[in-house]
Amino acid sequence: MEKCAPKLMELAPRDMVSRAMYQEIRAGRGIGGKDYVYLDVRHLGRKVIEEKLPDITDFARIYQGVEPLTEPVPVQPTAHYAMGGIPTNVHSEVVRDDKGTVVPGLFAAGECACVSVHGANRLGTNSLVDLLVFGRRAGRQMARYAGRMERPMPIADAVESVRAELEAIRGRAAGGESVATIRKELQDVMMDNVGVYRDDKLLTAALAKVKELQGRYQKVAITDCGSVFNTELLEAQELGYLLDIAHVTVSSALARTESRGAHSREDYPERDDKKWLKHTLAYKGNDGPDLRYKQVSITRFEPKPRTY
Amino acid sequence: MEVTLRILRYDPDRDEAPHWETYKVGVDPMDRVLDLLIKVKAEQDGSLSFRRSCGHGICGSDAMLINGRNRLACRIRVDQLGKKISVAPLPGLPVVKDMIVDMNGFFGKYRSVKPYLINDQPEPERERRQSQVDRARYDDTTKCILCAACTSSCPSFWARPEYVGPAAIVQAHRFIFDSRDEGANERLEILADEDGVWRCRTIFNCVDACPRGINITRAILEVSSAIVGRRG
Repeated sequence: MEKCAPKLMELAPRDMVSRAMYQEIRAGRGIGGKDYVYLDVRHLGRKVIEEKLPDITDFARIYQGVEPLTEPVPVQPTAHYAMGGIPTNVHSEVVRDDKGTVVPGLFAAGECACVSVHGANRLGTNSLVDLLVFGRRAGRQMARYAGRMERPMPIADAVESVRAELEAIRGRAAGGESVATIRKELQDVMMDNVGVYRDDKLLTAALAKVKELQGRYQKVAITDCGSVFNTELLEAQELGYLLDIAHVTVSSALARTESRGAHSREDYPERDDKKWLKHTLAYKGNDGPDLRYKQVSITRFEPKPRTY
Repeated sequence: MEVTLRILRYDPDRDEAPHWETYKVGVDPMDRVLDLLIKVKAEQDGSLSFRRSCGHGICGSDAMLINGRNRLACRIRVDQLGKKISVAPLPGLPVVKDMIVDMNGFFGKYRSVKPYLINDQPEPERERRQSQVDRARYDDTTKCILCAACTSSCPSFWARPEYVGPAAIVQAHRFIFDSRDEGANERLEILADEDGVWRCRTIFNCVDACPRGINITRAILEVSSAIVGRRG
């Protein structure tokens, strides 16, 4: 890591560490020529490893059969968190546009939400900010909102669209497309083409693949038609949403002709604050997401070059 | 390698009672039981139902009876079990479908011990600070992920479902021994009830079942001692 982040080394932000690993692997310097590198924590000693890194140590032992106290641990970059999400303001109220117009009564907090605390690269342990700070703020704001509301009127057709969606899946005869197959193909293309490094060619191919999978998804069929805890139906429904979100991710990455945080394009390696210091807002359009943009509010922390 | 996976299946829409089904699954010895279940669902029977979320032993969704012991499916590997693997829902809890059990009673007991910080002092401007020694006092019980492996392995709970159970006592312990908390007395009062801590017969099944390695029996006995000490 001294080549990539000489001061912070392995404690550099995770986008940089991911790129460093990826470069080594791509240059054929993975362990034994394979697609991973080693994380060596042995110098920290038993006390620090067991007290400060209990979960990671446990993962290495269980999932790889490796003892981090005495052996280096095989590692490679992977997707861990979605930095975008449902746009909210600091009270966890969902906003619908670049002016911060609130969607009345709709709140989001946690990993599904995007308050834009993290920018283009979430830092370690920031999930606690999502949970503890914005979870609490959401609760308080909901209590205030509910307190000044008259008796709410349910939206008459809210159930109907979801029911129709589920019935369409349930009603299809067995033998159509499989949820597991489409999901696996989606995972593979997102990992290979929309991962640590991106470029026009990879993203264009990914966009075509996502559209192909969306077409096949229309023929997805399940075997369980039961009414109790039907996880097969749930997974089929989720897959449709995964495809929507993948479509948004790929389209906005393709449009953003710069590199910023975890979005690293080899054909546009520099950050371009003149053109791209802005958030992407994706709206549901007829033929995929309709992309619009929102200004970044800059307060105490000005954007500056990232040197570690 | 190929393993023979026996699964206790139950679908309330179709079955009068649970029954065993056998599946042959091609696996890697480093695969976990969760991987096997996902594979069977993807390739052999989409109706197989089980809960799973994080897949790494943190969310506590996939506790089940694996080769006769309560385990998290995401934390036990094929090479630790051999070529014959049996999977059934957690014992002692009502089965909804396949591996999915009704957790309402379990979470009701969890809520009954007031598993949250109780402190009516005016909120301080900064954090409520705590010494390392005070933090270490309840460190073990902070590890609980509410997977129900302990409570559903407990013969005292099987014999008397009203028993609050080891998981709820672990959660109470986490706050009773927290120096920032002032609710110890109300919790000890709840746990001194006839369906509280006295139902524990120190059988240690809970300790064997806990995927987080919590010394649950010790936590229960510490709570019992606190009840006795308070009366003395």
